[in-house]
Amino acid sequence: MDRIRAIIVKEWREVFKNKFVFFTVAFLPLMITALPLGMIYFATGSESFAGVTAADLPPQFSAMCGELSGGDCMMYYIVTQFLLLFMMIPVIIPMTIASYSIVGEKTTRTLEPLLVTPVTTLEILVGKGLAGIIPAVSATWIGYLLYAAGAHIMVDNPAVVGKLFDPLWMTAIFVVGPLLSVFGVSIAVMISSRVNDPRVAEQISGIFVLPVVGLFIGQTTGFILVNQQFILWMAGILLVLDSVLFYFAIQIFQRETILSRWK
Amino acid sequence: MMNNEPIIQIKNLSRSFGDILAVDRVSFVINPGEVFGLLGPNGAGKTTTVRMLAALLEPTSGEAYVAGFQIGKEDQKIRRKIGLLPEAPGLYDALTAEQNLAFYGAMYGVEEISRQIKHYLEFLGLWNRRHEPVATFSKGMRQKLAIARALLHEPEVLFLDEPTSGLDPQAARLVREFIAGLKGEGRTIILCTHNLEEADRLCDRVAFVNGHLVALDSPKVLRRKIFGRKVVFHLVEAKTEFTQVVEPFDFVSEVQVVENKILASVEDPEKNNPEVIRALVEEGAEIQFVGELRRRLEDVYLELMKSAEGSNNG
Ligand SMILES: Nc1ncnc2c1ncn2[C@@H]1O[C@H](COP(=O)(O)OP(=O)(O)OP(=O)(O)O)[C@@H](O)[C@H]1O
Ligand SMILES: [Mg+2]
Repeated sequence: MDRIRAIIVKEWREVFKNKFVFFTVAFLPLMITALPLGMIYFATGSESFAGVTAADLPPQFSAMCGELSGGDCMMYYIVTQFLLLFMMIPVIIPMTIASYSIVGEKTTRTLEPLLVTPVTTLEILVGKGLAGIIPAVSATWIGYLLYAAGAHIMVDNPAVVGKLFDPLWMTAIFVVGPLLSVFGVSIAVMISSRVNDPRVAEQISGIFVLPVVGLFIGQTTGFILVNQQFILWMAGILLVLDSVLFYFAIQIFQRETILSRWK
Repeated sequence: MMNNEPIIQIKNLSRSFGDILAVDRVSFVINPGEVFGLLGPNGAGKTTTVRMLAALLEPTSGEAYVAGFQIGKEDQKIRRKIGLLPEAPGLYDALTAEQNLAFYGAMYGVEEISRQIKHYLEFLGLWNRRHEPVATFSKGMRQKLAIARALLHEPEVLFLDEPTSGLDPQAARLVREFIAGLKGEGRTIILCTHNLEEADRLCDRVAFVNGHLVALDSPKVLRRKIFGRKVVFHLVEAKTEFTQVVEPFDFVSEVQVVENKILASVEDPEKNNPEVIRALVEEGAEIQFVGELRRRLEDVYLELMKSAEGSNNG
């Protein structure tokens, strides 16, 4: 435990000295929170919602609205649209942190003195992983709370805001979020073993953010309906994916592999 | 009994990287408290050998024991017993000197970490700069900090991979004196170096490697083995008939005349020289000085590598 804590503290000391990392961790969540709030602001400002009926919404979605009136359901629809956007925070932040921390250790040749100590591969990866996951998950939660607070101020019907705390959102924020951050870290570890520039590592890792972006687009265009079932499926798939990826990350992080095959 | 057990035992250790055979069936033992030099040209496999002994790389074949534990089988136990100064110091630039050491203290689970940090930073003259980020340190300061890091947990065996390379003469000397001091503490030290002067001064025994083991002995014995002991007789005038006086002795070989000097390999100069001198004086030679031709370890090295090359090409 002491070792893992020492690794986390060390990573933070190192990685947050980097302006780019600091910027990503601080501003990405703010942007992702501000965007939907802005949308809601403009939506509530217009009168066009008053006449909206359930018929104007995708039928499956109307079903999720329950008691809400047509206009409120539309509002809820908009609010929900951004759930997947939020899911980008827990993927991108740990990817950035892990890329910089691992490629950084490679280029400054600090891995050899670290690997010669009795620290285990698992401890290193858990330490480095948590150094990315903790800020990512905190940022997601803080962003989400800001979003809920903003929505509360701007949206009149408390029932709509209340929907932000229903099981769908809770599962997304508290289960899928952390699972996505494990996904981000594992991908970054694997990519970082192959490249020597943290920016390149980040960009390649960025490809793996695309599925989330794809889901987001799928949702906005009406191809995908983000409901409770969808989120549970996502959690299940991520759980399997994370286990497999983390296993490979450990294999790649063996002393022998790092010193004989990492370039 | 216990003290005589070798602390490092290597049997037919090999390691290849693809087609490259970096270490080729090397065997030797190192005794506790010994300072053991690993010498050889670039790419001779010194670093690879050290990495295998430090449980970082697996051998392709052969086996080795460090502090009684087998590499590849009891790596975790080995790691607690050894310290390594790698080729590159590899410090965390954004962290201060103290934070760097504290981090490694945590990795090793060192108990009295602040005391250890103070001890080594003071000893190496870095205590006043402990709160400065390593990014601001000079090469020599980094090297010293990396040495402190390797010693924090008081390892029994210390691997130093080129500890003085790239240091200015003064810093190199400080590090060398520091190593000599460690020797006094009874630690076993494995020293890779290209500085033969350094190996000569610090090492009890040296191994010349070039993939395989070329030679292994104390610097003194190696010098003698390769060159014998050469005695120089400085005369007022070195006439050729004097060589006929010297040559007949059983214990003398390879007699040469160079300017006003006679050079000869003598088996046991302390014992044999008086006899040779007497014979020369009787023949009318006027002797100015008699001395031993000192060979440097560097000469031994060059000679060994030359003959190794010859045998490779042949
Ligand atoms: N990770 C690796 N992958 C491929 N080849 C390697 C690797 N590490 C070492 N080698 C090769 O093994 C051989 C021995 O290298 P090593 O670093 O052990 O030599 P060395 O004696 O320490 O040399 P130097 O004096 O330059 O430090 C070299 O040919 C080197 O190219
Ligand atoms: Mg080397």
